[in-house]
Amino acid sequence: MADWYEVCGLEDVPLRGSRIVKTGEGCIALFRTADNDVFALDDKCPHKQGPLSQGIVHDRSVTCPLHGWVFSLETGQAQGADIGQVKTTPVRVIDGVVQIQLTENTAA
Amino acid sequence: MTKEKLVVIGNGMAPGKVLETLLEEAPDRYDIIIFNAETRVNYNRIMLSPVLTGESEFEEIVIHGDGWYIENNITLYKGHKIVEIDKTAKTVTSEHGVVQAYDKLVIATGSYPFIIPVPGHKLAGVLTFRDLDDVHAMMLAARRGGKAVVIGGGLLGLEAAAGLQIQGMDVTVLHLMPTLMERQLDESAGYLLEKELQSRGINIITKANTKEILGETKVEGVLLDDGTVLDATIVIMAVGIRPNLHLAKDSGFATERGILVDETMQTSDPDVFSVGECIQFDNRTYGLVAPLYDQAKVLGKKLAGKPTDPFVHSESATKLKVTGVNLFSAGDFASGDDRQEIVLRDAAKGVYKRLILQDDKIIGVVLYGETADGPWFYQMLKEGEDISEMRDSLIFGAAYAGGGGSDPLALVAGMSDGAEICGCNGVDKGTIVNAITKDGLCTLEEVRACTKASASCGSCSGLVEQLLALTLGDSFDASAVKPICGCSDLGHQDVRRMILSQELKSIPAIMQALEWKTSCGCAKCRPALNYYLVCAWPDEYVDDGFSRFINERVHANIQKDGTYSVIPRMWGGVTTPSELRAIADVADKFEISIVKVTGGQRIDLLGVKKEDLTAVWADLNDAGMVSGHAYAKGLRTVKTCVGTDWCRVATQDSTGLGIQLEKAMWGAWAPHKLKLAVSGCPRNCSESTCKDIGVICIDSGYELHFGGAAGMHIQGTQVLCTVGTEAEVKEHIFALTQMYREQADYLDRIYKWADKVGYDYIRSVIVEDAGARKAYSDKFLFSQTFMQDDPWKERVDGKEAHHFGAPLIPKKIAETV
Repeated sequence: MADWYEVCGLEDVPLRGSRIVKTGEGCIALFRTADNDVFALDDKCPHKQGPLSQGIVHDRSVTCPLHGWVFSLETGQAQGADIGQVKTTPVRVIDGVVQIQLTENTAA
Repeated sequence: MTKEKLVVIGNGMAPGKVLETLLEEAPDRYDIIIFNAETRVNYNRIMLSPVLTGESEFEEIVIHGDGWYIENNITLYKGHKIVEIDKTAKTVTSEHGVVQAYDKLVIATGSYPFIIPVPGHKLAGVLTFRDLDDVHAMMLAARRGGKAVVIGGGLLGLEAAAGLQIQGMDVTVLHLMPTLMERQLDESAGYLLEKELQSRGINIITKANTKEILGETKVEGVLLDDGTVLDATIVIMAVGIRPNLHLAKDSGFATERGILVDETMQTSDPDVFSVGECIQFDNRTYGLVAPLYDQAKVLGKKLAGKPTDPFVHSESATKLKVTGVNLFSAGDFASGDDRQEIVLRDAAKGVYKRLILQDDKIIGVVLYGETADGPWFYQMLKEGEDISEMRDSLIFGAAYAGGGGSDPLALVAGMSDGAEICGCNGVDKGTIVNAITKDGLCTLEEVRACTKASASCGSCSGLVEQLLALTLGDSFDASAVKPICGCSDLGHQDVRRMILSQELKSIPAIMQALEWKTSCGCAKCRPALNYYLVCAWPDEYVDDGFSRFINERVHANIQKDGTYSVIPRMWGGVTTPSELRAIADVADKFEISIVKVTGGQRIDLLGVKKEDLTAVWADLNDAGMVSGHAYAKGLRTVKTCVGTDWCRVATQDSTGLGIQLEKAMWGAWAPHKLKLAVSGCPRNCSESTCKDIGVICIDSGYELHFGGAAGMHIQGTQVLCTVGTEAEVKEHIFALTQMYREQADYLDRIYKWADKVGYDYIRSVIVEDAGARKAYSDKFLFSQTFMQDDPWKERVDGKEAHHFGAPLIPKKIAETV
């Protein structure tokens, strides 16, 4: 069963920036794009486990800080010639509050 | 289930291709372990000639970087020579004592250069041309100038000779036979080549038999059979290669001139295979890359357990990689009663073309001066095409034979889809055209990345560009400047010019005015634009942290585990007991994993958690230390030696001058990192001659250097000028730095920028034009008035706090879904 969890206010995530959310199954990176959409992906590049939250956010993509892999924020799919996928987490913004959907075990 | 173990001895181009094929066909079949006697990754050996001439750099010729081995779970032992193969126990043993069991073994020990055993062949200064070490040795020798003698007028010898001559040496080529490259060229073409090289100032002596290499401990000259003595500081032996079969022979494998293999590359032992220059197949040994790749593909498929055609010998085409010399040859070009030839000569243009025919088929091609039709002829040669129909116009090439007139594109248009474009990687026209249309490729680089065509020796780049032009029509422009990234068609210099001329003062303003194709750029263009704006408008522009790479955004260096390293500035490499105490206290308090002295004369604290960064900085700030900018595309360190205060041979106060420079220049952003050094005397203890900017103190003043590098690319500096006072040192260095900051492409270090604009041009501005120098220096100092706030202190005081906050904890809300 999955529940919605509050994490922070929309303004707490900088534009074209990120925040890290700690869960029972590792960290989730919360991204906010230039046009104000919020996405949540595992904070772990499938290539060498680079922290995606520390990458550069451009359009609806993020570039991993370690070796420059680019991922779609929408699908978690690696772009260009690289092959790999990052798990995405459902996210919504209600009354300026960012919420993500986690299962009971993951949230712990 | 445990996987089978595949052990590979050797890490050259042939085994590299075996593994590429194998991983494509059966990625998970084996645990792969490579033992390489060289301490490097797999690189493109045929491109060593352009490295020698300075046209390419080593990093450009790497085929598989370290990452490739990790991604494919391959264990690579670098610098491990295998000394024994035990066929019964199925193990190999390295000279360092590693014993490795195998299920399947590939021997790819390659070849070694043959050294003629004349007296003196062991003297220092006798070199070969085989690997990167040889190239470095030649470049080092060339730096001192002097005379070089190249023994051997074949492909390698001539490429070495041309490279050394470009590097400034006085070169003589000795060749035993009457004409050059007699294995690939006939006499006429050999003669034209000899004339061309002579006209470039390379001395060529044919029918030259070397009797002795002269010298006491190092090379001083070469003595020929006829008594001629040639002065020489180095001798390059390039008389041929021999299969490196000793390991296989000593281990009991069947060998003759090479390791004997069958048409599936299997040796005399059914679990052991061999490919490359070490093998002998059908009484032939090999030295060109195309057949090696054919062997490798056969073996790769076989190891994958896939059906494969047997390896068959086919004629290879040869090209000489000497800029400005066009020659192409393939097949057999001896005359004979049953053979006919068609010859075309144009003396004024230096063109010579000869086709050798037998039974209405082309069996040999020699082209000199104009080689564009080479691949077309070669294709017909390989396919054994009957040419009787077009015999009359055959020699004029595809354009005429194909009826396409004189349009250069008609040549490629006339080729069949199966025509081979890239001989090194075996890529045909159909594959390339298909990739261009299907994957929407529009640049040479993209075609290279997707198909590997022109990715090895690069000599077919022109053909690939013609295919692009043919397929894409007018939308392909080969002469276009390389765009800054996929978001724009403009090059770096265009963007920089327009930032100034249109007074663009923010990233969105640039993207709007210059019609960026993406909404907010990408990780390539944003950092470049941000830097260009910082440089153009130091007093107005507000730095955009989100357009900086993580290290510059958080002012620390990210490590592979996501922690950071922190390096405080130590001015000129000088520290104090109280600073050291503070560093020690920080290391204890934050449980720093390792404290390491860096190459830039300061101390690195590694393993700091991101949320601890501001606290670590606060403690270092309290002890009077500021950021060392060890993460910056900007001023890093000014390395110094102890100078006249202590050193008995120093000529000036190098430490003091270094500290003055670092205090004036810290905080300056630049297109790339900027490292300086000041040495107190020409003994050069601070290694000034491999820095971006270096100072060497001399009795009469200061010798200023620039354009050095000591990373993946190693390059000594060139002298800028000599000046008399510290004030002049500073004005020259500030001016040079500012000129570099304003002119270079983002991510070009000074040497790359200088290569593009010319060292002499930089000297003419900075040294000879006092007005320009003063203006640049003033602009640098003006910019610095905005750059010298310690970024650590700003963040300790709360700037950009969102970067350094603790992770968020999710809080469950009532609603359930």
